[in-house]
Amino acid sequence: MSTYSVSKAVALAQSAEEGAALVGRPPSLSFSFPAGGTGVFASLAWIGFGISCLWWPDIGDWTRTHQLAAAAFVIAGAIFLATVAGSRLGRFNAGLQKRAPWLLVSALFLTLWEVATAKFAWLPLPFFPPPQSIIEVYTDDLPKLLDSIFASVKLQLGGYVIGAAVGFLTGVSIGWSRSVGYWVHPVLRFIGPLPATAWLPIAFFTFPSSWSASTFLIALATGFPVTVLTWSGVASVSNAYYDVARTLGAKPSFLVLKVAIPAALPHVFVGLFMGLGSSFAVLVVAEMIGVKAGLGWYLQWAQGWAAYANMYAALIVMSLLCSGAITLLFRTRDRLLIWQKGVVKW
Amino acid sequence: MVAHALAEAVTYPAVGASLDVERISHAFDIDGNVLPVLDDVNFSVKPGEFIALLGPSGCGKSTLLRLVAGLEAPRSGVLREDGDPVTGPFPSRVVVFQDPTLFPWRTVWNNVALGLEAQGILKTQRQRVDAALELVGLSQFRNAYPHQLSGGMAQRVALARALVNDPKILILDEPLGKLDSLTRITMQAEIVALWQRKGFTTLLVTHDVEEALFLANRVIVFSDRPARIKADIAVDRPYPRHRGDPRLAELRRNILGLLGLDATW
Ligand SMILES: Nc1ncnc2c1ncn2[C@@H]1O[C@H](COP(=O)(O)OP(=O)(O)OP(=O)(O)O)[C@@H](O)[C@H]1O
Ligand SMILES: [Mg+2]
Repeated sequence: MSTYSVSKAVALAQSAEEGAALVGRPPSLSFSFPAGGTGVFASLAWIGFGISCLWWPDIGDWTRTHQLAAAAFVIAGAIFLATVAGSRLGRFNAGLQKRAPWLLVSALFLTLWEVATAKFAWLPLPFFPPPQSIIEVYTDDLPKLLDSIFASVKLQLGGYVIGAAVGFLTGVSIGWSRSVGYWVHPVLRFIGPLPATAWLPIAFFTFPSSWSASTFLIALATGFPVTVLTWSGVASVSNAYYDVARTLGAKPSFLVLKVAIPAALPHVFVGLFMGLGSSFAVLVVAEMIGVKAGLGWYLQWAQGWAAYANMYAALIVMSLLCSGAITLLFRTRDRLLIWQKGVVKW
Repeated sequence: MVAHALAEAVTYPAVGASLDVERISHAFDIDGNVLPVLDDVNFSVKPGEFIALLGPSGCGKSTLLRLVAGLEAPRSGVLREDGDPVTGPFPSRVVVFQDPTLFPWRTVWNNVALGLEAQGILKTQRQRVDAALELVGLSQFRNAYPHQLSGGMAQRVALARALVNDPKILILDEPLGKLDSLTRITMQAEIVALWQRKGFTTLLVTHDVEEALFLANRVIVFSDRPARIKADIAVDRPYPRHRGDPRLAELRRNILGLLGLDATW
């Protein structure tokens, strides 16, 4: 991989973060109302959503419509109370104020969704299930869903940790030692760019279990970007830092552990971020094709039974898990790279 | 206060080492061409002496300092510290580089502690770091990160990072070049005071003739690249010196003449 594409990848990852930061900025909508005004409107919108559940009869046979309406009223009440309590809630209130526009818009969206599916079927029915049928999945199919979540997290975590550790060590070695670079670099160029999923058929043959095969594939998908970015991070450390450390009596181990690695850390985190993204893709495909467990498999299974509500339910969980993993990664980065100025908030 | 900090800092008497630069020549390869940088440079420095090196930009002053520090080996010639040949970097010869090059991921305190940590003696010698920070007046900023410092503060941290090692030879590569003239004058006085108290041998590269004359026992003037010694001038005035000293003004005229600037004087 050329330096050009590495720096491009870094720039891409950074602009992705910046995009996320833009989304996170509160819109100026809240300024047009007196303090707490948006909170009241959000509360009203949730009441509206609850009413929309009850007003018209369902055209299908769903068991959770009333509970959904009740939940909407509870949320509306909570928002209203919190808004009225106002500044007495301190930081919580500030958070609520910031999120009030979002609460308002989500209620409007849910209402529209409810009406367009459960009440008038503007969207074709089996493919676009209403909110209450997704709630139904979470309550009635919970054990299976939890099993799947557990299996996915276990598989992903194992593969990711192995891939990240191996990638980090490889990257540091290539960046540091010319002879390691001589041997590893060609292999990396040959194998690295191959999408990890291309190994799938072979991996499921050659590994003793589909679980170990999937772990290997996830590790591979994680390891490549981590290796390349760690390497480029170590290689781009300014010689001036080494000169300073050497004149102060640093030995080679000190130069690696206390100079090269900390200086390369910002790059390493970009690699970890990219590795996380590509390993998610491998995880889902591996679960669908080989492992017969986990959320990917759950999706596949739901499709087999035309259980569309289950698919949406699993997708939502999956999205929360992936986003949670990235949040965790960025939190770790912010903690470790506190010395950098202007790191972007995820 | 400063004297107290110093007493703590000095765990053993730091005495300057002698330095012999014996017929040093050096060159760089640039795109297959050989660029001679130092040509038969020959001088020796007595223990505790303060030497200023002056010369046109790009003549090879920083290169000479890198050789003295042991970061590179000369193409020919030998460097001796107290009679022993220099074969590599050693913390008895500490460099303050042209840029402060603080480690951005370390706090000010941890930057100053770098040398002791690298030598594995930080655990028992932590008070030396505190004393060095006190010396350069940055105790309050011990937990700041380099990007939170001004340029002058960063340069002072770099100085503290060097001094904490109790060097025998202190190598200064235009350490004050980027400072405003006020901070500069203060720092010059501080460097003289430090040098007089601690007694280390000092090698200072500077562009500023006045600075060289204010600080050094001897001023060595280099020619254009490849650097050759043009003159080796003793500055026979006691410390503390006065900038208006007529003898210094005379020396200054001489040196500017050597550097080809006599037309303006
Ligand atoms: N690592 C290197 N590789 C090739 N050439 C170099 C290297 N380091 C320095 N040079 C060359 O050696 C010459 C002398 O450089 P040096 O940094 O010693 O100059 P200097 O006297 O310190 O100049 P200044 O006063 O501007 O700092 C320059 O022409 C520079 O191009
Ligand atoms: Mg220089």
